[in-house]
Amino acid sequence: MPKDGIGASPKRREDVRFLTGKGRYTDDINLNGQLYVHFLRADVAHATINSIDTSAAEGMPGVAHVFTSKDFEAVGGLPCGWQVTDKHGQPMQEPKHPIIAEGKIRHVGEIVAAVVADTLGNARDAAEAIELDLTELPAVIDMKKAVQDGATKVHDDLTSNLCYDWGFVEENKAAVDEAFEKASHVTTLELVNNRLVANPMEPRVAVGDYAQHDDSSTLYTTSQNPHVIRLLMGAFVLGIPEHKLRVVAPDVGGGFGTKIFHYAEEAFCTFAAKQLRRPVKWTSSRSEAFMSDAHGRDHVSKIQIALDADNNFTALRTETYANMGAYLSTFAPSVPTWLHGTLMAGNYRTPLIYVNVKAVFTNTVPVDAYRGAGRPEATYQLERCVDKCARELGVDPAELRRQNFIKPDQFPYATPVAVEYDTGNYHATLDKALELADVAGFDARAAESKARGKLRGLGISNYIEACGIAPSNLVGQLGARAGLYESATVRVNATGGIVVMTGSHSHGQGHETTFPQVIADMIGIDASQVEIVHGDTANTPMGMGTYGSRSLAVGGSAMFRATEKIINKAKKIAAHLLEASETDIELKDGQFSVSGTDKSVAWGDVTLAAYVPHNYPLDSIEPGLEETAFYDPANFTYPSGTYICEVEVDEGTGKVDVLNFTAADDFGNVVNPMIVEGQVHGGVGQGIGQAMLENCAYDEDGQLLSASYMDYAMPRASDIPMITVDHSCQTPCTHNPLGVKGCGEAGAIGSPPALVNAVLDALNRNGHAVDHIDMPLSPSRVWSAMNS
Amino acid sequence: MYNFEFVKPSSVDEAVAALRDEDAQPLSGGQTLIPTMKQRLNQPSKLVSLTGIADLVGVSSSGGVLSVGGATPHATVAAEAGDYPALAALAGQIGDPAVRNRGTIGGSLANNDPAACYPSAALASGATIVTNAREIAADDYFQGMFTTALDEGEIITGVKFPIPQAANYQKFEQPASRFALTGVFVAKYADGVRVAVTGASNDGVFRWTEAEEALSANFSPNAISGLTVASDDMISDLHGSAAYRANLVKVLTGRAVAACA
Amino acid sequence: MKISLTVNGKTMSGEAEGRTLLSTFLREELGLTGTHIGCDTSQCGACTVHVNGKQVKSCTMFVAEADGADVSTIEGMANTDGSLGVIQQAFQDHHGLQCGFCTPGMVMAAASLLEKNPKPSEAEIRHHLEGNICRCTGYHNIVKAIMAASGQEVPAVAAE
Repeated sequence: MPKDGIGASPKRREDVRFLTGKGRYTDDINLNGQLYVHFLRADVAHATINSIDTSAAEGMPGVAHVFTSKDFEAVGGLPCGWQVTDKHGQPMQEPKHPIIAEGKIRHVGEIVAAVVADTLGNARDAAEAIELDLTELPAVIDMKKAVQDGATKVHDDLTSNLCYDWGFVEENKAAVDEAFEKASHVTTLELVNNRLVANPMEPRVAVGDYAQHDDSSTLYTTSQNPHVIRLLMGAFVLGIPEHKLRVVAPDVGGGFGTKIFHYAEEAFCTFAAKQLRRPVKWTSSRSEAFMSDAHGRDHVSKIQIALDADNNFTALRTETYANMGAYLSTFAPSVPTWLHGTLMAGNYRTPLIYVNVKAVFTNTVPVDAYRGAGRPEATYQLERCVDKCARELGVDPAELRRQNFIKPDQFPYATPVAVEYDTGNYHATLDKALELADVAGFDARAAESKARGKLRGLGISNYIEACGIAPSNLVGQLGARAGLYESATVRVNATGGIVVMTGSHSHGQGHETTFPQVIADMIGIDASQVEIVHGDTANTPMGMGTYGSRSLAVGGSAMFRATEKIINKAKKIAAHLLEASETDIELKDGQFSVSGTDKSVAWGDVTLAAYVPHNYPLDSIEPGLEETAFYDPANFTYPSGTYICEVEVDEGTGKVDVLNFTAADDFGNVVNPMIVEGQVHGGVGQGIGQAMLENCAYDEDGQLLSASYMDYAMPRASDIPMITVDHSCQTPCTHNPLGVKGCGEAGAIGSPPALVNAVLDALNRNGHAVDHIDMPLSPSRVWSAMNS
Repeated sequence: MYNFEFVKPSSVDEAVAALRDEDAQPLSGGQTLIPTMKQRLNQPSKLVSLTGIADLVGVSSSGGVLSVGGATPHATVAAEAGDYPALAALAGQIGDPAVRNRGTIGGSLANNDPAACYPSAALASGATIVTNAREIAADDYFQGMFTTALDEGEIITGVKFPIPQAANYQKFEQPASRFALTGVFVAKYADGVRVAVTGASNDGVFRWTEAEEALSANFSPNAISGLTVASDDMISDLHGSAAYRANLVKVLTGRAVAACA
Repeated sequence: MKISLTVNGKTMSGEAEGRTLLSTFLREELGLTGTHIGCDTSQCGACTVHVNGKQVKSCTMFVAEADGADVSTIEGMANTDGSLGVIQQAFQDHHGLQCGFCTPGMVMAAASLLEKNPKPSEAEIRHHLEGNICRCTGYHNIVKAIMAASGQEVPAVAAE
């Protein structure tokens, strides 16, 4: 057996540099002659820019140039990577997204001007000398008001603030409505999926550089997908051909979606470095991050479930307002539609589903994908509504779910919302979670809590998600303006060591440790023989990057395919060396042998022969051992699971304590259990954050109320309990070679409804008839619900 | 932030002299001042560090009074104010370990943040704020949020806390900043009970006199059960309404009294 | 002004202004980029170092206040032979880090805790980490790692 193959949990090799302060994050990069940019950002949400006077600032000490939108007249706006078609067959409304505000300010934090100077202090000083003449306009904040007739428009050149009105599946709407008319019970719930800020601990950074000698540009940036940034920025914004543009994403301190997108600051630094012939660096402060990183979630929804007399779900319909913010961020339109509507079946057999989504422009920071992206919003509606339904009907919420689950023998299962789940076993994860959470012992624990004056509650949630995005031809039909394959080049060196150049990017996921495990397993060599290279467009094949829990399922599969090609070629070489037929060659534990004989040749001898081809079949194969594969998946993958949360509520203050959290997930095959468990811990941590703490709030004037960690409540160590995780229920994915599904987002998807359900259970068990509380379940909201 | 001149005197007199310059400000732990300066919301021409003045640091106890030097960090109070356990416990709940190693009692009281912990202890204890120029009774010292009786250039050199028979501080944290969303300090003395509330009011720290009267007559949580807290002047924000804060005042007072038992 | 510090046992000096923060000095003047900046309100703790043996947030302290002080940073936490120190090794063994950005601050905070309290309980560990934010791990494995670094049985941690 190879050391550290599939299923092992080797220590992470990237940890050594992080633990000794030797990580190389973008802010650790300083280039010779570097200048610094300070962005003058809007402090009002909506205004006409009458004039900008930069003359005083230009003359301040150390200032190289003050940029305004005039400097960017010749370049494009930030592109949107997904075009949604509305329910009438029309394309969405798509406003220009300028690098620097053109004529109008549309959200607090929008870049109005940029000062580049020799020091950051000088740049900031000069920015204070810029004179702005603005005419303030009413801010458009509330989504429902924004789409009313006569509402102030965020974009004057659009017909309204409605980006699109999407119906899915529009043809099913009449049948769904008819099923509701015939229902014996209908549960209705209106809820808000709170706006969040992703808050990776490393704020964004961009360093632009320009080399005059070959007219090439380099951007160092905190990105989850450097190739995507190169393509979008080069082709759509700055007009730099890809062979003259290099994008490097070195060590990146967390992403969670918000580092997928192509941002104005990246294009600015690349552009300014070329203009000024000197490197230009921008390091976001956390305060800037709150008003310039794309936000997440922010849906206002109404969901209804229809049931027959036997409590079977017969139909489901939802109506959602999805906030786009002031501009369309890179993948924003896809989140409330194809990543949300397609998941509304959840784990259930509901035969008829209709989803309506109205995407709305407001004077707020753009909203885009954040850990889970659309799937948390779908899961939250569904699992909250099912829970409410169980309470209305007086049935056990676990049993109502179980009764309506897709059954294990029904896979592959085509849902009424256009996707086909390949595998799953929802009964298995439910049973596992009920067992691990000791649900049978809950009543005794509740009594013990009550004796201490606390209200104890237990909440269940199931989730299904779609990972590993996904067939390029399908997403193209759905409006994606990019392919969604992944790439890998596997380079075997003469002495047998391997370097894998992958288009996936690791920013906490541990690819440098897990990807080698796969190759070690396939060839039968030590994982230490394999090195992973990622994050630099100059030395990796064109790949689409890391998001949507896709790295192993898509990037790992590309690496698998490339390694298969390596093995096939190596077998040909081995056959030649062993004077045997290629079909008789077996590879095991790093040895090629002729089946049924004791003749063998070692991996290292074959790789050496490939590069020193003295005794080599040169007439039929080329020397060398290096292969590239681009893997385009046949379908999404569908991880699923059951989460159970147990809480105590303090009646006097409304404070919620999360006591126990259990996650039973089906991720298909697991390459590294330690890392999978860590991903679930982190996802659950963020889900608890959303459910209990985090709230990105605007006032009616469009001022951000939660603009720093003083008001945006990040989960701390004392907010989260130890988390029980289990991934023993495994129904491997049928369409990727590793049988893996993806584990990065599950925790954030499944946990919020479990926590909210638990709090409502605690309240309702103890005489507080409360139907719903919107997240975050802060002490004041819980107290108010109990005392209204 | 804007640049400034940094000076670090070794005596109170030198510090007072250095503070006579226009726009000079004292720097104690800097845990509030530095973040403010990063936002360019504060522009001192000179910062006069108080942390190098040995006389200003330390905790001592004598004759039923606990004295704390003005530049004593919270961590030192938490560790060394054993003669006044409720005060030590309060200091141990401020911010986090790193903040407690830098932030000082004098800095906290001089800033008088409406959500800071120390003002409630000083007010509930009837403490005396000692400055380079005079002694100020806590009842006269706190004059509304971020406002105190201190004059320009006046430095808090120490705080004298009469040690109560029993005391307890109940802090209910604002979920983000971990400052007090509301905090209640109850102190029982031979001549009566004092109750001071932080975090709740638009006027900053205040005494809940009705509760003091009730508890002076009957020091038990039941004594305040019939009282109501008016929410008119309470803070209402993202983290809690005025009514919610008013509720917290009562709930936390009851818990503080119970904890004194 | 000229500033001299002992950093990880070595005397180092450099130029600073009044406004130069200790974190800025470490990162930009001394090139010790292991100390990270994750916020500007003194909340996240990624910049945690020790000054004269005490845990502080280096982004909320002027370097002038540390003139002449003994400063320890993440770069000084390994053993003299370059191998990982006990806390660092426990973080690796128990997967107590993902993206690595908060990690230097977490390790420095943990070191400070264990110095005062060699066998902290789970609750004491969580309380001590009040000023260190991690967005990746849900804290689960950080708590485990600190338990392990203090020589306590990790399987005894709840939920394992």
